[in-house]
Amino acid sequence: QLLVFVATPGCDGFPSLDSKEGYKLSVSEGSLLLSADAVWGALRGLETFSQLVGRDENGMYYINKTEIVDFPRFPHRGLLLDTSRHYLPLRAILETLDVMAYNKFNVFHWHIVDDPSFPYESLTFPELSKQGAFNAMTHVYTASDVQTVIEYARLRGIRVIAEFDTPGHTLSWGPGAPGLLTPCYLGKDPSGTYGPINPILNSTYQFVTSLFQEVSSVFPDFFLHLGGDEVDFTCWKSNPKIRAFMKEMGFGEDYKKLESFYIQRLLDITSSLSKGYIVWQEVFDNGVKVRPDTIIHVWKNSPPYMQEMANVTKAGYRALLSAPWYLNHISYGQDWMAAYQVEPLKFEGSPEQKDQVIGGEACMWGEYVDATNLAPRLWPRAGAVAERLWSNATVRDLHDAYVRLAGFRCKLL
Amino acid sequence: RYYEYVFGQSRRRRGRRPLGARTEPELSQLQVVIESRDPGCHSYPHLASNEAYHLTVTEPVAVLKANEVWGALRGLETFSQLVHEDDYGSFLVNESEIDDFPRFAHRGILLDTSRHYLPLKSILTNLDAMAFNKFNVLHWHIVDDQSFPYQSIYFPELSDKGAYSYNHIYTPTDVRLVIEYARLRGIRVIPEFDTPGHTQSWGKGQKGLLTPCYSGEQPTGSFGPVNPILNTTYNFMTKFFKEISSVFPDAYIHLGGDEVNFDCWKSNPEVKEFMKKQGFGIDYAKLESYYIQKILNIVSSYDKGYMVWQEVFDNKVQLKPETVVQVWMENSYAHELSSVTGAGFTAILAAPWYLDYISYGQDWKKYYSVEPLNFPGSEKQKKLLIGGEACLWGEFVDATNLTPRLW
Repeated sequence: QLLVFVATPGCDGFPSLDSKEGYKLSVSEGSLLLSADAVWGALRGLETFSQLVGRDENGMYYINKTEIVDFPRFPHRGLLLDTSRHYLPLRAILETLDVMAYNKFNVFHWHIVDDPSFPYESLTFPELSKQGAFNAMTHVYTASDVQTVIEYARLRGIRVIAEFDTPGHTLSWGPGAPGLLTPCYLGKDPSGTYGPINPILNSTYQFVTSLFQEVSSVFPDFFLHLGGDEVDFTCWKSNPKIRAFMKEMGFGEDYKKLESFYIQRLLDITSSLSKGYIVWQEVFDNGVKVRPDTIIHVWKNSPPYMQEMANVTKAGYRALLSAPWYLNHISYGQDWMAAYQVEPLKFEGSPEQKDQVIGGEACMWGEYVDATNLAPRLWPRAGAVAERLWSNATVRDLHDAYVRLAGFRCKLL
Repeated sequence: RYYEYVFGQSRRRRGRRPLGARTEPELSQLQVVIESRDPGCHSYPHLASNEAYHLTVTEPVAVLKANEVWGALRGLETFSQLVHEDDYGSFLVNESEIDDFPRFAHRGILLDTSRHYLPLKSILTNLDAMAFNKFNVLHWHIVDDQSFPYQSIYFPELSDKGAYSYNHIYTPTDVRLVIEYARLRGIRVIPEFDTPGHTQSWGKGQKGLLTPCYSGEQPTGSFGPVNPILNTTYNFMTKFFKEISSVFPDAYIHLGGDEVNFDCWKSNPEVKEFMKKQGFGIDYAKLESYYIQKILNIVSSYDKGYMVWQEVFDNKVQLKPETVVQVWMENSYAHELSSVTGAGFTAILAAPWYLDYISYGQDWKKYYSVEPLNFPGSEKQKKLLIGGEACLWGEFVDATNLTPRLW
């Protein structure tokens, strides 16, 4: 029998950034003991224990005598799934959560909506998915679906951080929320196309407040990911009302100031809902005023991401690394090695700065991914990222990792 | 089978279509007519099979006419794709008149079951997908360095010692199943037993077949390509290819002949001695030639035609005129096609279609853009390019990712 002892269980709570995931595993003749401060550590220990048990040719289960003291290097070890570019059926998400647990990933970054589709069924604004989903009957996540994901994740010690990316990446929001997006202009007349969220209207902020009120209560994690990446200013520039607003506000021709203006209000709304926030790096790069406890998500390769990590942490913010871990960028051969060799703290900075790096995320953007190819594209490659984020910095021998990753893959099968 | 494809998948609720003022034209039957005296239903597809068909969709009876059953299969596939289901669950097809036939006679997929074993199910699923795409050749690269999953009747040790495990083999029954499953879909199965290189796994079950490598005067313990200087080698090959020739009904066998590394041969004193005796000097391409020629003769004696990788042509081996040369090296493949066809040999193109070389984005576009006849040559030469193959080498492919990587 494996005795599991947890000091302060917290079994009914949700995992958080501060959750204790350390555990001790002691296997000796006559005694199997797993002890942890919190249930989250017990889960990690159970995973390890399950991998230590082998089976011989005669069908006998065995385990080596062992003493393990284990804890993660980084507290935020995430996987991003994109359910907007391609809808992912519930089953695919739940299966992914299982494999995440096998890899000790502890954050599911749910990039749930974007330009191509809006599958999130909102109670406050049902038209969003009715008009914005690929198919409002078959390609949506109902409130019940969402709760299923959150609970399934919780039972595996995985936090669900939802991303409602604005003001860019919002084309699918338009059909269900008329007036939300900026109408683009061709000369004096509307062209019929739309751009990012319209930052100059009060109605925008009313909408955002209501939507985020709902999102804040649906998703229990302290953090929300607010996006803020790749805002294309062309449409804003073309719109005469926006140009007038720019003048009024004294922003001149600097549309970054307008972006700032929107994001700042969004951050205030989010804070007033008692949520913390994570944003993509542009928000930091464009000089938006963010609260000191903001987490900046580094994803771009130019400027070099290590430089960005240094800048972000130097400015006092916490950082998440994803730039070298875009697993959707497939290529021939053993690309897991490049992912494995990334050293998140390899930048010039003080120890305090380095402490600001709370972890990273492997990203599986959905442009070319759906349920037919998600699993083989994600695993076991994502395992390289998982180990990099959990294990000690000294664990980096490729040959050794190859042997373990190959064996692990067989176990996954 | 096609009835199932067209109607079987419907899981939609069968609502009633709103009745029109008049009844719509209805298609009640698809008649399939095979015109030739010998439709070929009980034979195997081959290079010269007639795959043309004529499809007329009109009420009340559609007619699919083909010379041979192979054309009927292609036409059925087309028909099945023309039928669609509306929101109410009714099946619809547009009135159409189609006259269709393939541009190239050899349209293949290469599967590699040596680098990773592929369970029977995944091979059969793949044959289905091939039929949906009108592919008509399965180039089965069945054994290679890494493993020997082919269970030979004459030489059971080959797979006993050379397969990854007892569970990772293709029994004679498995092989027959693949061949028949393919046949029913108008797909030829061309096996490849690649020699003299790519044969590490053969040496496990056939001692003395591979060349022992030397370091100075001492054997190192490792082995190289098939040993071309021993009679035992050719005795073995004679018997082995006798089996292959009877197991696989296609008129062609692929003999490989690619990437032969000469280092091991060069290190072996007996081989060096042989080179001297034969007057080959230090030109090991001549030794490779010597070997390949003997294999080609063996295979010819069993009345089989053969396919070889381009090196066999490049290294000036004497080939029978009906040899099919497979061009696989990406560098200047158009030039290679000119050379091969210029020398009068039939060619198939694989070079730009290595689907195992994955990359981010819509790489299908570059595969689609390839124009096989874009090489300098006469009309006559161009006729010698009989088709091509998409290759899915197995270094990073097994049943967990084969389907999404290929299709």
